[in-house]
Amino acid sequence: MKILVCISHVPDTTSKINFTDGDTTFDTNGVQFVINPNDEFGLTRAMWFKEKQGANVHVVNVGGPETEPTLRKALAIGADEAIRVNTVATDGYSVAKQLAHIVSEGGYDLVIGGRESIDYNGGMVPGMIAKLIGANFINTCISLEVEGTSATGIREIDGGKETLKTSLPLVIGGQKGLVEESDLRIPNMRGIMQARSKPLHVKEPIAANAETQTTQFEKPAPKGAVKLVDNVDDLINLLHNEAKVI
Amino acid sequence: MSVLVFTESEGGAFKKIAHEAVSYAKGIADMMGTSVTAIAINANNSNELGNFGASKVLEVSNNDLNTFNAEAYADIITQAAKAEGAEVVIVTSSANGKFIAPLIAVNLEAGYVPNVTELPKSSAPFIVKHSVYTNKAFSMTEINTTAKVVGLAKNAYGVKENATDITNETFTPAINVGGVEVVSVDKATDKVTIADAEVVVSGGRGLKGPENWHLIEDLATTLGAATACSKPVSDMGWRPHSEHVGQTGKPVASTLYIAIGISGAIQHLAGINSSKVKVVINNDAEAPFFKAADYGIVGDAFEVVPQLTEKLKAFKAQNA
Repeated sequence: MKILVCISHVPDTTSKINFTDGDTTFDTNGVQFVINPNDEFGLTRAMWFKEKQGANVHVVNVGGPETEPTLRKALAIGADEAIRVNTVATDGYSVAKQLAHIVSEGGYDLVIGGRESIDYNGGMVPGMIAKLIGANFINTCISLEVEGTSATGIREIDGGKETLKTSLPLVIGGQKGLVEESDLRIPNMRGIMQARSKPLHVKEPIAANAETQTTQFEKPAPKGAVKLVDNVDDLINLLHNEAKVI
Repeated sequence: MSVLVFTESEGGAFKKIAHEAVSYAKGIADMMGTSVTAIAINANNSNELGNFGASKVLEVSNNDLNTFNAEAYADIITQAAKAEGAEVVIVTSSANGKFIAPLIAVNLEAGYVPNVTELPKSSAPFIVKHSVYTNKAFSMTEINTTAKVVGLAKNAYGVKENATDITNETFTPAINVGGVEVVSVDKATDKVTIADAEVVVSGGRGLKGPENWHLIEDLATTLGAATACSKPVSDMGWRPHSEHVGQTGKPVASTLYIAIGISGAIQHLAGINSSKVKVVINNDAEAPFFKAADYGIVGDAFEVVPQLTEKLKAFKAQNA
């Protein structure tokens, strides 16, 4: 089985979000970039397929050279090869077009993406890849088993879960649950050394127009100060008469 | 030209987010000088969508669609959009809405923007405001394509009554069930879900252990609320992952969010930022959550929460 794990290069979850250039550009100053958490759960599940079922695992990112440390980290965790599509990721659709091309070219059986990236929260790339290449698709996937060409997945739905049966080729939008938080791997020294000599292919992009573009970023309006009360009667009174939510 | 809105239902009844989506569609239709067509799959009482501004509803009724099927639903909405010549398609940000929206966007060669919180800033160029960086910021984003798919954030625009004469049409699209088959659905029917809840009561490490969760549950029951928890609580296995709210868990956009014994890590705050009113109960006056809250009580959860539950019961009885 050939697996492609799509890796978004995103600001660490603790990052303070600021913008520059008249609020049109994300300010990377002092920001540490990481593998998108939803993708990391998928990558770790891919490692399970590699170790238990002999899968071959590639990782891919659409972005400039600054994203290579993130791909190297994925190699250090255990991916066999990495691909970087050498173009600035502009919108979800253009990224999905690039990735769909990589999937078709590489003949991958399983494509693992994240439910969403924690920067743009688009949640669209896996579904678009599936539609563009005509593969099956499971979103918000919290469990995945593959046997031959059949796959069984569990999807998180509002208020519960759904068990689904499908077949390869398959694309999933993965999240926590594919593996547990405690299963995530911190690359060890051996992994980091090996990652240095693993292939990282840089591919030039295909033509793909963005369908959407950010014209401006905004920060949420500053919040007023908290009203502290010292008893529950006052709280109920405020929630009823002032906030009008009960 | 029209605005097409997919109206989600469950067991034949429209969800509240369907009413919100129609209200929003009407707002866009007014900006563009056109009308709203709703598409409803296996729903009863489609006429009620007229209360929120729909002029027409396309009714699809098919036993193969009783269980949600993303491929089939996306395909039906695509066919409806083409039949109506819809310039804008509105879907919600429910789990099912987010599943089908990218598929519809590819089908229609439409640009798609999710988590939209307001009416477009302008309709030509078509610029919408949506949350990014998990509610830590907003982006004003232009959609360049002729057809557009807009994913509406929950509880941002609100339900707006707008009585409109509505006509019903039976719509019989080709049904393409695709290659993903539902084997079983496991859903608690007696519990309010985080996605649908108006009120969410959430507990953190301050509760000291899963055996104390009756405090959260009793308060939630009193308020008709969903229960949720912080990341450490789900990581320690005190509560199921499905209750974890925050950046890597579920987003919460409730009207009232009550956080008990949660310190307020930046990742947690990001996930609950879209909630309207936030109440924090914590014994640590320095907990960062107080800076993000509207109301707070500095106190011991084990004393404050049972009192709050009792007083709320009395309040509810009085105001029933």
